[in-house]
Order: sequence, then structure tokens, then C-alpha cells
Amino acid sequence: MLSPFFKNHLELKAKMVDFHGWEMPIQYSGIMGEHKNVRENVGLFDVSHMGKFKITGDVESQIQNLITNDISKISDKQSIYSPMCNEKGGIIDDVIISKINSNEFVFIVNSSNIKKDFEWITKNVKSCEIQNLTNEYALLALQGPKAENILRDAGVEEIKNLKVFHLLESKLYGIECIISRTGYTGEDGFELFFDSKQTQIWDELLSIGSKYGIKPIGLGARDTLRLEAGLMLYGNDIDETITPLEAPLKWTVKFETEFIGKSALEQKKVERKMRGFEINETKRVARKGNKIFNEGKEVGIVTSGSFSPTLGKPIGYCFVPIEYPMEKEIKIGIGDKHYSGKIVSTRFYKR
Amino acid sequence: MTEKKFTKEHEWLENRDQIVIVGITEFAQDQLGDIVSIEFPQVASSFKQNDVMAIIDSVKASSDIYCPIDGEIIGINEKLLEQPELINQSPYDEGWIVKIKPSSPDQLNSLLSKEQYDNLVGQNKE
Repeated sequence: MLSPFFKNHLELKAKMVDFHGWEMPIQYSGIMGEHKNVRENVGLFDVSHMGKFKITGDVESQIQNLITNDISKISDKQSIYSPMCNEKGGIIDDVIISKINSNEFVFIVNSSNIKKDFEWITKNVKSCEIQNLTNEYALLALQGPKAENILRDAGVEEIKNLKVFHLLESKLYGIECIISRTGYTGEDGFELFFDSKQTQIWDELLSIGSKYGIKPIGLGARDTLRLEAGLMLYGNDIDETITPLEAPLKWTVKFETEFIGKSALEQKKVERKMRGFEINETKRVARKGNKIFNEGKEVGIVTSGSFSPTLGKPIGYCFVPIEYPMEKEIKIGIGDKHYSGKIVSTRFYKR
Repeated sequence: MTEKKFTKEHEWLENRDQIVIVGITEFAQDQLGDIVSIEFPQVASSFKQNDVMAIIDSVKASSDIYCPIDGEIIGINEKLLEQPELINQSPYDEGWIVKIKPSSPDQLNSLLSKEQYDNLVGQNKE
């Protein structure tokens, strides 16, 4: 599949990769520089490969049944992040749901899960219309401390009053656009949702953002940014064998609501927990699947690992026994060696 | 100084008075992206052709570096311990990786010429 901005990526000489069937940019100028540009200035990401569903109908209570978080806590024009669990409490996907109004909801889902999620939602939400608009809509993310300046310069004045996880409908360069204050980087920023034929918005944003040092950002830096910010990557950190209580997603599980998987989550004893780790002994980078050791015994596994451009050292997430305290010394196996590291929070970076 | 030789695994070699300098190619550094660390072989250790002798970590991935000829490691580029990014910035010069004393110098003849290597990676430009 090709994103609506495929030609723009080629013009910018991006390195393209296959990402769950989509040909997407992994990097333009280089992951390290792109990463720092988002932390210090602003970056523009094409995330049009994300799945986009629109659900129309009086379905709020049925949507509640799909998610562990509490949808009654959001009003119109607000968004919420939540896992969707199966009956066993395993994570089918982690999604962002935007409530346009009480009869219209937009789901943004992982591109690897589009088919599975569409079937799951169709099976569990009745008497409504569910549309898969993945190819009809483009999704761009504008992320970084200067992101707001750019949208104000582009004429969206009201953006300055938009709160985190709220959205507004506005015209951007004459195009109807849903703008939400959300992202996957740990920075302030926005996600822009509009008709996929209106590809000129990409160049308009790069052009108006040039005075703020905007750069296009690929999936490589998107991964290191989200890793530093403590955000989960479906398929790496979480999947159907992992519950939100094992992942650092306890905050999204609201037992006072009713949802699929609730009784499993109430009953299952949590024995392992996902934590952050950092390595100080070497700059060798741990990757998914590397093992964690304590006193010579294998005790866990790395789910994501990379080099942190902000901290200048290797970091990652791993599963370890739940009783392990923060700052505990562990060993991380890379190749045939074990390197010293310690358990830390998954939130490596806070702005 | 002689002409550089290349391997299919994207290492380059340069024979200077029976000492062979080894690094990775421009193509290889570009594919790896930002390099953050290198694990060197022990100086004085010996390797056979195609043994893994070093590991390079970039933000993106970890990659094995193969020994391109039989021989003994007689020097490593210690600058890379502090500045691994030199491999990205200057792969054919400041970013060299190891010096090898070859035990079968004839192996050099069977490696790729620049032209053959460029054809391999599809870059016919200088």
C-alpha cells in the first residue's frame, strides 16, 4: 500500500521500508537528528498507514464494552486512549477513540491490526454503521514544542485553547480537517485527519514550518521518541498474550466500568511487570528478544530496545518479576555477553 | 598504497606494506544509519576469512562485521570508542575499523574490485 504522501517521501529522498504492507519512510536525514529536532523544534510525520474507523450510531455503551478505559469520562470533541481486550484480558489492540458527538466515534488503530480490529468491533457493536476509512483519510502528526506556532501561523488561531486529548474541526489551507492534540512522541503536538486527496497540506506545513526548523520525520525516530516517552508499540511490547496490568497500562483499566476481559483481569494474579531498563556498562544496544538475568538466572525478556538519543545510552522495556524494585541491578544478555543495567520507569523522558 | 578491495558483506580493505586496513563502505554506513557503538576484536587475536570480528550498533540495528581475510588483528581504531559516528562521517578514512596482518595475502586477489562492488550495490557513480 502507498500512503497519499508517497511521492513527497521520494522527493525528500527518504529511505522507504515495508511496514505491515505499507511502503513508509523509515528516515529522511537520519534518526538521531530527526529525533532531536522533534524534542527541540518540531517534526512532521506521515502516519496515514494507521487504521481509521468511523462508527455512527447510538453506541457509546457498546464501545464501553470494548475498552478497558472509561468512555463516559470524555465529552464531545475529546479523545481517549485505551486497550481493547479479549475475554482472557489479553490486548487485541491499543486504540485512540475520538468522540465527535454522541452518535459519531472515530477509532485510530494500529495498521497491523486493521482487519482483526474491524472484525472484532463488527462482532461486538450492533445496530450501527462501521466504516473503514483508512484509505479515504490521511493522517499527519505535527509534533514538538513549536507545533502550536505552526498551526497558529496557518490560521488556526483557536488551537491555543485546545487542551491535550481534545480536538477541533477547522479548515486548514481551505481543507476540512480534524485536529487533535495527541501524539506518540512525548512532546506537545497534534494529529491532523483529512481527505487523503488533499496532499498539498504536507508541503504547506513544511513550508510554513521552515522558520521553526521543521523537518520530516520517519518511523525510525518515531520509534525512539515513543520509547523514551514510555509509550507502547503493539506487536513489540503488547499483544494478545499480555494484559494491560502487566504492561504499564494499569491507569487505563477502570474496573468500575463493564468491559470484555474484566473478570479475567480481576482474577489473574500479575506475576510479571513491564519496566524500563537502562544500560550503563556499554553502548551496545539491547533489542527485542534479548534476555534479562539476575544472579545468573534468566528472569525476563526485552520487548523493545534502542539507543536513546536524548540520554545518550541504550534503553528499553523488559518484563521482569513484579516484585523487582526500581533501581534494581540486572544483567542484559546481548550476543554471548551479559551487561549490567538497572530497572527504571518506562518514562525515560518527560517534557 | 594500493587500490581498495571490497567484499560482498560491504567491508573495504586497503593493503599498505603488508598491513591491511579494513572498514565498512559508504553504502554500508548509509544503510546502518546513525552508529552509536562498536565492539572491537582483541588486538593480537586471529580470525579466518568470514568470521565475525566486530559488531556495530546503530540506532536502527546491530550488525556483524566479518573479517575479510585470514589474519591477526594488529590494531583497532580507538577513536571510534568515543566517536563511533566517524564511521558515518568518513567511512573510508577516519572511520577505518581494524588493521590486520594477513596470513594468506593471496586472498586479497579474490576479493571484489571497486567496479565489481559498485555493480553489486547498484551504484555506478564515483
